[in-house]
Amino acid sequence: MKNVALIQFPGTNCDLDTKYAFEKLGCNTSVIWHKETTLPENTDLVVIPGGFSYGDYLRSGAIAQFSPVMKAVIAYANGGGKVLGICNGFQVLTEVGLLPGALKRNIGLHFISKFQTLKVVNNSNDFLQKCAKDEVLNIPIAHADGNYYIDEEGYAKLEANEQILVRYCDEHGEPVVVNGSVTSIAGICNETKNIFGLMPHPERALENVLGSEDGIRMLGGLIA
Amino acid sequence: MKAIVNIFLKEGVLDPQGKAIHHALDAMNFEGVEDVRMGKQIILKLTSTNEADARKEVEKMAEDILANTVIEDYTIELV
Repeated sequence: MKNVALIQFPGTNCDLDTKYAFEKLGCNTSVIWHKETTLPENTDLVVIPGGFSYGDYLRSGAIAQFSPVMKAVIAYANGGGKVLGICNGFQVLTEVGLLPGALKRNIGLHFISKFQTLKVVNNSNDFLQKCAKDEVLNIPIAHADGNYYIDEEGYAKLEANEQILVRYCDEHGEPVVVNGSVTSIAGICNETKNIFGLMPHPERALENVLGSEDGIRMLGGLIA
Repeated sequence: MKAIVNIFLKEGVLDPQGKAIHHALDAMNFEGVEDVRMGKQIILKLTSTNEADARKEVEKMAEDILANTVIEDYTIELV
């Protein structure tokens, strides 16, 4: 049984949904308060769930990167441990420099909350190994600062190393502009493919009765 | 001594808030506005009396947390 550690900052609000998701997938889960300085032994995966850590003050994810627990998360990630950041968690991972680029205010300035189709761009990684390349997934998004920015040099690296995970698309898989992200990027990973970040919320797509169960395969890949 | 830190999105990085303000100004018939950039200002009251030391310290603050240098530039003014 895999052990999943979920990081909780003041203002995190998707921790229990994410806990539910990994329990549904048969994992042991523990919610780790940001003041902790260590992760549980035998942690197989660290997840930074969505929400509004520190009220999004200064910039989304900016203050959380200096929480005590983040030192342990950075050491875990740099040691090759698997880390997933969802929404605000993605913002935290870019702020702390574990993932390249940055997330700006949405191009239309609105908070966008809806189901969104996503195209699987690369599945040569743990996270999306259970999804087919070019498959179209249906996953909710809910964010105001999801406008992914990276400079041209950084973008070329993402492309070359197959680090782009998913792009916002229409039902046929054609890229669409949702929030202004560079080439409609919705999620990326690091070069060594152990750190993952995405704006959409797979933990909100676990049951067809609630609209989609595509999130199960995404999250399931990480603990396979 | 006070340090005034101004933070703006880098030139070339699209500023959605600046653009929205520009549109609003156009809609209000204010003419002659070529571009609008929106940023934030952080004012720090410092205990230091040495300007060089203070500038160095505030630069470190700006680099480490106040600005995200992937997308933002900053200026520091000591008064």
